[in-house]
Amino acid sequence: MAAAMKFAKSHEWARPEESGLVTVGISAYAVEALTDLVFMQLPEVGRHVKAGESLGEIESVKAVSDVYAPVSGEVVEVNTALPGALETLGRDPYGSGWLVRLRPADAADMAALLDQPAYDALVKSQPH
Amino acid sequence: MAPSLLETPLCRWHAAHGGRMVDFAGWSMPVQYASIVDEHLATRRVAGLFDVSHMGRLSVTGPAAIDWLEGLLTRKVAGIEPGQLRYTLVTGIPSGGAEAVILDDAIVSRDTDAADRTPRLGLVVNASNRVRVVEWLTSQLPPTGVALADHTFETAMIAVQGPRAIEIVCGLCSPADGERIRALRPYRATAAQIGGHPAAVSRSGYTGEDGVEIVVPAAAAEAVWIAIHAAGAPLGLVACGLGARDTLRLEAGMPLYGHELRAESDPFAIGLGLGVNLDGRSFPGGERFRMLRDHPVGWIRAGLVFDSKRAAREGGTVWQGDREIGVVTSGSLAPSLGQAVAMAMLDRAAAEPGTAVEVLIRDTKQAARVTPLPFYRRG
Repeated sequence: MAAAMKFAKSHEWARPEESGLVTVGISAYAVEALTDLVFMQLPEVGRHVKAGESLGEIESVKAVSDVYAPVSGEVVEVNTALPGALETLGRDPYGSGWLVRLRPADAADMAALLDQPAYDALVKSQPH
Repeated sequence: MAPSLLETPLCRWHAAHGGRMVDFAGWSMPVQYASIVDEHLATRRVAGLFDVSHMGRLSVTGPAAIDWLEGLLTRKVAGIEPGQLRYTLVTGIPSGGAEAVILDDAIVSRDTDAADRTPRLGLVVNASNRVRVVEWLTSQLPPTGVALADHTFETAMIAVQGPRAIEIVCGLCSPADGERIRALRPYRATAAQIGGHPAAVSRSGYTGEDGVEIVVPAAAAEAVWIAIHAAGAPLGLVACGLGARDTLRLEAGMPLYGHELRAESDPFAIGLGLGVNLDGRSFPGGERFRMLRDHPVGWIRAGLVFDSKRAAREGGTVWQGDREIGVVTSGSLAPSLGQAVAMAMLDRAAAEPGTAVEVLIRDTKQAARVTPLPFYRRG
């Protein structure tokens, strides 16, 4: 059984798959907060990232934001359809709106992330 | 939200209707309610409703009001008819400065009803410059004959912009008031009752659309806003935040103080020559403007259009090969065009429409071409 999805404070999600890879995306809250997405840049396959390092950029009409790697690892797959169909992020942020799959370098990284209740509490405390 | 932020009389409404409140020049203002793109497009297609109460509203009254302001503004004040507005620059010496600079751009107007025949002039200034403009003007007041007052906090200002804006507002007026508003030429104003509240209505705005800007007493602001919203919403009017206001004015090629227009700017180089009247006039910094008019130098303002939706941002450098030829002053996706645009200050030699350039966006150079302003003109 796949382990539960966890969240970074910077609003990325990470979901361990049965294959051992970790799928990464950005939370529904983050997509909603950004709104009016116009551009996304994703990393190349093969890139090694450290947890907390920039994985790519997402741009809305108003601002550019970095997307951070929630766990360290190697980028093994990229959702190349996403930059051309950014509306997918709003429609299905935890499914077809995934960004990359990482081969995790350190299993302990997942433990450092927030579980769903803790992330929900974080979102609740954000100013609107 | 920091408690020290200033609030307009409409803040409660914004917060209750999903407005994302941000600090704008010390004011708590909605940057957007839902989507900037949707708000922008609604304004182009039907109408947008904007709270612009953060703008400074000053009055200059008294028998010497016209003569005094005539010596301070870059546009002629003496010839303004009652009920007329003029775009002007405000030049002056900032505190601690030695030379006159551009303190702000503003709309100067003359009130319609002068029952006692004492001139009453209005000056609408940017929120970010209100305090220093008031300080400068106060320092220039003569001992008698002119009174300067800041009405920003006792009034509110609401902009209704878009092809159906006039129709929506006039529907809330008596037939006679509605007729006068419909008959207003651009940059003309009239007094009217909107939803039963006294208002000063001018045919003006900052979006490139037809429309009005309405000044009402602060106590009436929410009632007038709600009445306009209720009348317009069924047609497709939406409340808009400062985000859409910025993309709308960018598409319309309108300069914004602090971006295209700055303290040391050459007004002729940014296409604001019409905001400067030097004929037989003198005002602070006038000699510098005369030099700049007669001996053009430096970069000039131009439009850039990109193939992508990825926007250049302020400060992005513009290149031709390895030669830096300009800098971006404002940039965004242009929702009406579906592609990114920017205004930039460019080397005159590269500012010819059609010229291919590259703009540094974060770490990569993006292709763009020079294009005439505005990017959008209403049909």
